[in-house]
Amino acid sequence: MIEVTNLTKQYGETLAVDNLTFTVRPGIVTGFLGPNGSGKSTTMRMILGLDSPTSGTATVNGLPLADHGRPLTSLGFLLDAGAVHPTRSAHDHLRALALTNGLPTSRVDEVLDIVGLGEVGKRRSGGFSLGMGQRLGIAAALLGNPDVIMLDEPVNGLDPEGILWIRHLLQNLADEGRTVFVSSHLMSEMELMAEHFVIIGQGRLIKDISADELRAMAVGEKTQVRAEQLDDLVGLMRGDGIEIVSGDRETVSVRGLTSGEIGRIAQTNNIALTSLIPEQRSLEDVFMSLTHDTVQYQGGSRMEAAA
Amino acid sequence: MTTALTTTNPSSPTAPNESSESIMTTTTLTAPVTATRTPKVPTVGVIKAEWLKFWSVRSTAVTLLAAGFATVAFGMIFSAVAESDEPAGPAALLSDPVDLALGGIGLSEMIIGVLGVMFVAGEYSTGLIRTAFAAVGKRGRVIRAKAAVLSASIFGVGLAAVTASVILGQAVYAGSEATSAVTDVLDVIFGTTLYLVGIGLIGAALGFILRSTAGGIGTLVGGVFIGPNLLNLLPDSFTDVFMKYLPSEAGAAMMTQVSNPDLLSRGAAYAVFTAWVVGLLGLAGWLVKRRDA
Repeated sequence: MIEVTNLTKQYGETLAVDNLTFTVRPGIVTGFLGPNGSGKSTTMRMILGLDSPTSGTATVNGLPLADHGRPLTSLGFLLDAGAVHPTRSAHDHLRALALTNGLPTSRVDEVLDIVGLGEVGKRRSGGFSLGMGQRLGIAAALLGNPDVIMLDEPVNGLDPEGILWIRHLLQNLADEGRTVFVSSHLMSEMELMAEHFVIIGQGRLIKDISADELRAMAVGEKTQVRAEQLDDLVGLMRGDGIEIVSGDRETVSVRGLTSGEIGRIAQTNNIALTSLIPEQRSLEDVFMSLTHDTVQYQGGSRMEAAA
Repeated sequence: MTTALTTTNPSSPTAPNESSESIMTTTTLTAPVTATRTPKVPTVGVIKAEWLKFWSVRSTAVTLLAAGFATVAFGMIFSAVAESDEPAGPAALLSDPVDLALGGIGLSEMIIGVLGVMFVAGEYSTGLIRTAFAAVGKRGRVIRAKAAVLSASIFGVGLAAVTASVILGQAVYAGSEATSAVTDVLDVIFGTTLYLVGIGLIGAALGFILRSTAGGIGTLVGGVFIGPNLLNLLPDSFTDVFMKYLPSEAGAAMMTQVSNPDLLSRGAAYAVFTAWVVGLLGLAGWLVKRRDA
């Protein structure tokens, strides 16, 4: 379990992380989402004890990570897949890491097999592709057989097969009762992977929400209505807090009434509906609108996409 | 996949049902502080890891070999071309046969200093240092382990190269006869080897302090190797007081059996040089602990 309590990190004038509080529970995959520069990596570095918080705490299984005798057996992490010496072999890289935590060399071969690098373990890691580098980073995270696994943007550089592989791997780890905390700036990467989401923007917590709750938010507020006597129906639907925008001649978009309510109005007034479509937004859309106000560097097209 | 993960340490991850539910019910008010302080890994594990990291990079062996080769080769050249009648050597200071045989140290000390910088700063440039700090937990242990590995490696290679230089230098020596007491020669051999170890450690300390290969090498070369030459341009009244306390000048006193009024006594030189090395490593440790990694 990872517990972050009132965590704040200030660099000069800027608040990189602003009073964050959340708990990452065992048994599920938790996605850590936020736009670029929202403070995800800073938060993860504070959980790892690399950056010291301006205030607040971050603990792993109840203790700051640095106070664990063998940190890798409590928390396995991937921070930056490029953090290897290019002329050192993958096997030596992992063996050095294993030695620091008193782990046997046999464990190095095991994790190399788990991530599918068993064949190339003795090769220089500098010759690895981006995807192989990610797999090596994940191997390092699994090395100590930890209760908690924390991965920063692990999907970066993986091909579709690799993404599928990591999704299954993380699901298995969670099913074994481990805490799995995975960051990404793309909802599309996370929506099939995570059961719970911690969403931040400009260092602040925006939502600490289950995937189901998030999907419920994706059910739009608007309903597309087509009817034969559309003008009559529009007249009947008007009311306080109800917004009706006409599309083409036979369609209106209604906000403030559910599709059920619209159906009943039509039924009691003998109006034949041609179609009644509740707007369904993608989770990406929901994520974009949640973080829209907090995106630091916004391009014009991005604003439109989120609108 | 799943089995491979669980079979290795079946006790570690708790069964999914039990753990998630019990924790969910208890988290609401107070977090369960069930943290078990796992026994600490002995420091020897961290040292072994650093040893493996040091020697598993091909450039390390090449660099140390180059330093050893430079020491022996230049020593032999200087010894072989010494003239028999004149006070030998290119400079008057290099009149002692043992000094001549160690004339290559001027190059190999730079190589070893750079190796020390790169061993540390290289991990800052790849980001590997963060992995090391997070995996070990206590940063001081990483610094001490790196220092131990660097010291042992440089001491081994340095002692072999310096001894070989002195012996081979004598074998090809063409200058006028001179005799040295065996104990004096041993003092020089150990002094020179320890100087090389210290220079490597100063390089490592600068790597931690500056966190950049270019900055570390620049400071090392400018501050330790070239800087003292520039100070020579200042008035003697000034340099006579301060020069001998610089690491390079203290080192010069450790590396010769010839007494020189411009240098510290051997004992004082060891004390001053040690203070430099320990001081810089201490500063490195202090900065590394209080800075974000």
